[in-house]
Amino acid sequence: MIKPKVVEPLNQVSTKMEDIDNQLPWIIWGSQFTITLEGRAVVNAQIQLYSNLNELMRLVCNETQDDDYCYFYRDMIRAIRACKTAAEERAVVRKECASIRAAVSDNDNDYRHRNLAKLMFIHMLGYPTHFGQMECLKSIAAPGFPEKRIGYLGLMLLLDERQEVLMLVTNSLKQDLNHTNQYIVGLALCALGNISSAEMARDLAPEVERLLQFRDPNVRKKAALCSIRIIKKVPDLAENFVNPVASLLKEKHHGVLLTAIQLCADLCTASEEALEYFRKKCTEGLVKVLKDAVNSPYAPEYDISGIADPFLQIRLLRILRTLGHGDADASDLMNDVLAQVATKTESNKNAGNAILYECVETIMSIEDSGGLRVLAINILGRFLSNRDNNIRYVALNILMKAISVDGQAVQRHRATILECVKDSDASIRKRALELVYLLVNETNVKPLTKELIDYLEVSDQDFKGDLTAKVCSIVEKLSPEKLWYIDQMLKVLCEAGNHVKDEVWHGLIVVITNATNLHGYTVRSLYRAIQTSGDQEAVVRVAVWCIGEYGDLLVNNIGMLDLEEPITVTENDAVDVIEVAIKCHASDLTTRAMCLTALLKLSSRFPSCSQRIKDIVNQSKGSLLLELQQRSIEFDSIIEKHQNLRSALVERMPVLDEATYSGRRTGSLPAVVSTSHGNSLQIPNGVPKTADAPLLDLLDLSADEPALQNSSGPNFLQDLLGGDILSSASQSGSTQPQKNGTDVLLDLLSTGSPPAQNGSSTADILSISQDNNIKSSVIALNSLSSPMVTSAQSTPASSIMDLLDGFGPTSTIPKDNGPAYPPLVAFDSSSLSLIFNFSKQAGSPQLTQIEATFTNKSSDIYTDFIFQAAVPKFLQLHLEPASSNTLPGGGNGSITQKLQVTNNQHGKGRKRVESSSSSSHE
Amino acid sequence: MGIRFILMVNKQGQTRLAQYYEYLTLEERRTLEGEIVRKCLARNEQQCSFVEHRTYKIVYRRYASLFFLVGVDNEENELAILEFIHLLVETMDRHFGNVCELDIMFHLEKAHFMLEEMVMNGCIVETSKNNILAPIQLMDKAS
Repeated sequence: MIKPKVVEPLNQVSTKMEDIDNQLPWIIWGSQFTITLEGRAVVNAQIQLYSNLNELMRLVCNETQDDDYCYFYRDMIRAIRACKTAAEERAVVRKECASIRAAVSDNDNDYRHRNLAKLMFIHMLGYPTHFGQMECLKSIAAPGFPEKRIGYLGLMLLLDERQEVLMLVTNSLKQDLNHTNQYIVGLALCALGNISSAEMARDLAPEVERLLQFRDPNVRKKAALCSIRIIKKVPDLAENFVNPVASLLKEKHHGVLLTAIQLCADLCTASEEALEYFRKKCTEGLVKVLKDAVNSPYAPEYDISGIADPFLQIRLLRILRTLGHGDADASDLMNDVLAQVATKTESNKNAGNAILYECVETIMSIEDSGGLRVLAINILGRFLSNRDNNIRYVALNILMKAISVDGQAVQRHRATILECVKDSDASIRKRALELVYLLVNETNVKPLTKELIDYLEVSDQDFKGDLTAKVCSIVEKLSPEKLWYIDQMLKVLCEAGNHVKDEVWHGLIVVITNATNLHGYTVRSLYRAIQTSGDQEAVVRVAVWCIGEYGDLLVNNIGMLDLEEPITVTENDAVDVIEVAIKCHASDLTTRAMCLTALLKLSSRFPSCSQRIKDIVNQSKGSLLLELQQRSIEFDSIIEKHQNLRSALVERMPVLDEATYSGRRTGSLPAVVSTSHGNSLQIPNGVPKTADAPLLDLLDLSADEPALQNSSGPNFLQDLLGGDILSSASQSGSTQPQKNGTDVLLDLLSTGSPPAQNGSSTADILSISQDNNIKSSVIALNSLSSPMVTSAQSTPASSIMDLLDGFGPTSTIPKDNGPAYPPLVAFDSSSLSLIFNFSKQAGSPQLTQIEATFTNKSSDIYTDFIFQAAVPKFLQLHLEPASSNTLPGGGNGSITQKLQVTNNQHGKGRKRVESSSSSSHE
Repeated sequence: MGIRFILMVNKQGQTRLAQYYEYLTLEERRTLEGEIVRKCLARNEQQCSFVEHRTYKIVYRRYASLFFLVGVDNEENELAILEFIHLLVETMDRHFGNVCELDIMFHLEKAHFMLEEMVMNGCIVETSKNNILAPIQLMDKAS
């Protein structure tokens, strides 16, 4: 006797045997019943025997009319379908979720099935369904197949391997894997195969291994795929599966073969030993299986448009590829069958083409056999000329792989491939473009680039990004001469200047500076380009930079090439261009900042326009962008007050080192960490400034805000680099790329420590070096914090900070006495001062001697005085003992201590030192 | 692992079935589905059935109002996946009798059971319609 229970939803109407009014009856096995409520059939169910061929399973009672369960499930879907807006849909889902939650908390067994079905739908729509996870587990733990089935489905859909709930299911899985019913075993295998975590894989691997020999092939095939998941999660279990797989590969059942081959392929990639094993033991067998498949008579079961099981054939070809790759003997074994597949397979149906596609790939990657290669290339040719876009797409795909095997054969199809770049289909264009990129070499770079650039004019907007990136890369990689490079890049920038990456125009500037004989030509071309393509940001930037640098060449037509037509540009015209650029609304911060610098340079190059330039610069003084405001105020001050200094400041940029630049682009140097403030100072390529006059950049240091001070140091260096891709460096002491050279620059930055602490001032020694251009070393001191005197925290440095105005133009930089370094007041407060004296020994540039002198200005006597310093790993610091540990007060008497800093990376990159000194006193 | 997800989407771009074989958060799924659907539905009949998106290659095919989209990794044979989609549709046809969007919506779990028999962990398990449908029909008969 069983009480009827709603278990499984179905919408088939069963035959009604009897009506029972309003009461749930006790029913005898085998009978069918209907329950009516107020004249309406509510439940129409029958009790049945559920069995498979082997055993009597259990009694299942099914609801068979859609009034109850299906009413609700369907109702929800109807309601969702009826929703006009996303908000309505959310409301419906919210309501449903609330009722499901209620059912969950009531522990409602009867409707669990229905609720899970609903949850799956809700999950598919993209709403959270975590509250249903436990329901899945309960359902799985239920004894019946229908419950288990929906439970496992829910498990696979609603849960994933990262959730801890999953651990709870391991035990149920284990029981089900050992179940007597093969369908339940199948369910468990499927779930395990889809969501198993590493722990579960380890726990359940023995069961799966055993199931590889299960009597029913449908279980074996699932066990094989489950094993793939297991060895992926726990690779060291792989060896246990090698032998079972070898025997599975001998089976006849297609499902088992298909999955066993996939497992075999995974084992081969997982371990070299397994690959060798399979190569020796199974190659012949697999070749035979493929041969049988190709020659098999019609088998309706696996036939697809006249081809016997294409999926199996494809898998076989794929595993043969793995086995044959790099092994001549194995390749030999499969030659015949590959030739057979290549010749016998019909190519008028998709299934056939899929096989041919796979076959060509296999021929291309196994060891050389001339005849087969010809066959494959012919098939490729046929594919490429096919009218079906799908076939052309895969042809391009194989050509990509074939190019490394047989470049000549691919080159023959160049014209067709170039046509594909212009196809209306974005997928094909993308493939073809990548292929063209691989095809380009020194001999064909010029015509191919021309084709691509011509196409750039007419291509889709969204394709321009990809296309320009590839063209730029080709031009950079294979450019035969600088003139051609500059010409092509200008064309690209004019067409798609808004699509190029920053590196591209940075690279262009580097090349331009290096092409000394082309400066005049370049600046004139750019002048023309900006007239026609002023809306392309990259053109504007490069043009502004070049006009700033080479404005005089532009105006005076210097360095004319034979092919050029002379143009007449007045000084005012050149300034016009920049004025337009700085005032253009579309220009961003970088462009405007570059404009300002260019203007500063022009003010020196074109003395007659000086007043006009000053006016333009002044307009940015009120800019809300700090960077612009600051620059314009500084530049104005230079134009106004420092006429005699200006021309030296704005001299032409030194030639930028191409090797360093390209090295940095390929990432051979450590990446730069961006500033912790992430502020507006991150201007890659900053603004070109002459390396002879880092003074200009020191102006940046005079900013008042501590935050800016922190980042302006690195920015200073960054600006020095001109056309570089540096972003600002972080305060936290990262190694930064820098050019080769010999000079040292020290930059001491303050970290403004709170007065409550014992006090530490962070010194930031940046050693910068530039080829041969910097003949000076500068010690910039930003601000210092006092450990003891709060009010004195950042003031003492101010006089030093404003180097320009404070010291006057002539005394600013010890320009010519390279190896001598001025003493540095590292710390100064009303109570203590610390002065560093630097010296270097000739012949050992990596060694810096520092003599620290401490003076006590207060009236107290400091006893137990200790000085500590720390440096990053690439520096070695040697602290010699101090002359005394007692510091008499009143400024009479001092302590000296010698420090020796060895730079292990001297000449390799920019260094940065954070040395902190802490002193204790009484 | 070849197949990374299978989607069924109607003309309006609403997902009707989604099966992922790798972990993505709900948010990632929603954005991914949105992006892919926008890309694929905008293409016309003549264009090829393959779209590259992020690290996926999407093989899609349209049947009346329903799009079948399969995301695979780069190594997979695109034409074979196309054939697989067709096999999936034929299997569903045999079960539902000319399958349509509503069949899948109202019998989501059945559609999933079929898929489960065909694909596991991103690999194809079975390609014979009889073998795929046997367990499902057995269940139906039993109920």
